[in-house]
Amino acid sequence: MIVVTMGMMNTLIDFLLQPLQYQFMQRGMIAAVLVGIVCAVVGTYVVLRGMAFFGDALAHTILPGIALGYLISGGARDVLFWWALGTAILAALGIGAISKNSQIKEDTAIGIIFAGMFALGIALISTVRSYAVDLSHFLFGDVLSVSTHSLWLILLFGGLVLLVIFAFYKEFTTISFDPVLAATLRLPVGLLNNLLLVLIAVTVAVSLQTVGVALMVAMLVTPAATASLLTHRLPRMMSLAAVFASLSGVIGLYLSYYLSIASGAAIVLTATLLFIISFVWKKLKQNR
Amino acid sequence: MYPHTHHQTNQPILDVSHLTVRYNGRDALENITFHLHEGERVAVVGPNGAGKSTLFKAVAGVLQPSSGEVKIFGSVPNKHVCIGYIPQRSQVDWSFPVTVSDVVMMGRSAKLGPFNWPHKKDWEFVNHALETVEISNLAPRQISQLSGGQQQRMFIARALAQESELMLMDEPLTGLDTPAQEGILNLLDRLKKENVTVMVATHDLDQAASHFDRIMLLNHRIVAFGEPKAVMQTNNLIKAYGGRLRSTDNGNVLTVDDCCDDGDDEHSH
Repeated sequence: MIVVTMGMMNTLIDFLLQPLQYQFMQRGMIAAVLVGIVCAVVGTYVVLRGMAFFGDALAHTILPGIALGYLISGGARDVLFWWALGTAILAALGIGAISKNSQIKEDTAIGIIFAGMFALGIALISTVRSYAVDLSHFLFGDVLSVSTHSLWLILLFGGLVLLVIFAFYKEFTTISFDPVLAATLRLPVGLLNNLLLVLIAVTVAVSLQTVGVALMVAMLVTPAATASLLTHRLPRMMSLAAVFASLSGVIGLYLSYYLSIASGAAIVLTATLLFIISFVWKKLKQNR
Repeated sequence: MYPHTHHQTNQPILDVSHLTVRYNGRDALENITFHLHEGERVAVVGPNGAGKSTLFKAVAGVLQPSSGEVKIFGSVPNKHVCIGYIPQRSQVDWSFPVTVSDVVMMGRSAKLGPFNWPHKKDWEFVNHALETVEISNLAPRQISQLSGGQQQRMFIARALAQESELMLMDEPLTGLDTPAQEGILNLLDRLKKENVTVMVATHDLDQAASHFDRIMLLNHRIVAFGEPKAVMQTNNLIKAYGGRLRSTDNGNVLTVDDCCDDGDDEHSH
């Protein structure tokens, strides 16, 4: 009996350790966990403020920027982060300005720009012969090709995002809950709104290699939404979301390794599954 | 610290002169002039879309006047953090993951300034405010678990934690049952002793007449402003409400047949 249990333990440990003998898996795990935490914390505000569509649009809008960087650098990956970062910040502030003074409805305006920019990105990338492979990496992520250099960038900028959120936690919470109160408290509401948009933009750039532009919104929204089902406290929602996102990253990569599924899709599917489980669990609890 | 201005105490707490606010191409408020004394309680009464919310937002410095000016203790409202604006309950996201004490603590944001987390003194302000409105026991509750009256008390507590000297309350009694309404009105009586000046938008003419020092009848412009007896004259009410006025048979009590949807007063931010 004991021998059997020991044997199973060893098999399990082997199962968990085997993928980690590869350095690209180690780097991928670290990247997925770091990105998950940053996305989850920023995503909490995205969910509370109803900005899911904005996040999705923003991620798609940066494709032409990445494409341009890709063409200019001749396919080098490490510089793409800077192109993504620059485009994301520009796009975030641009979309923010449009939603404030627009002749047409905000979501329509965002929809037009996001689809147009996305098409421009695809057009640019399609001028390269081997475009199908590279395009799919930008769209769906390629966390297993994260370099040590990229990992440091993720750590640096992800850490910066978390630091700013920590520093302006009460301001961001106040402008999200009650903008009129924030205005009567003379908080710089416009500036804080733009700062939050920039933080989402940096998060998008940081997450690019992990989940790609097409699946980005899932990392921003799904873990935070899962957490929102389970708690009514904001700090707890942020930490729970971070736990769910990290778990999704780790489990997703194991799935990707053993089932040969694309890594970004595996991570997002795991996050979705966690959401469904929480949703059903909550429904059952309410009905009891 | 976020900027705020010191008060010139020889000036009235609120001085509005020739205030006009236009939006969507029409005048929401036209040539409004009045001033309030410290500790006064004023009811602002008028039909839906009369500009009550617009007036409050202009006084709070959230909405810019098209012409004319608003002065709080002698200077423009944008520099003051002593104005508490209490929103209509229907405009609040009650599923937001915050507790009652979290919301009341938001009132301290300005005094705390950037990068600061609440100190012991701020928690004392919050606890004292919750005691004043008698919901200390609800402090750890999520806000969706409150009754209408408790929601209103929480916002009054937030305005107290903000150290508001002027409270603007947008329809605080709408949708509350009678005991809850009485509770809020009693609370307003107690605030008077703390020298808080209160402006309340309301639909209920009887309550306005019985619980407030002065009444402002508003319909884009000031129809009448003064002590209840002087204002609540049939001709004034007809001017403010037009055809929407009803008088009951027994005595001369007037009630207004009006629903609570202030559609024209909505703002987008």
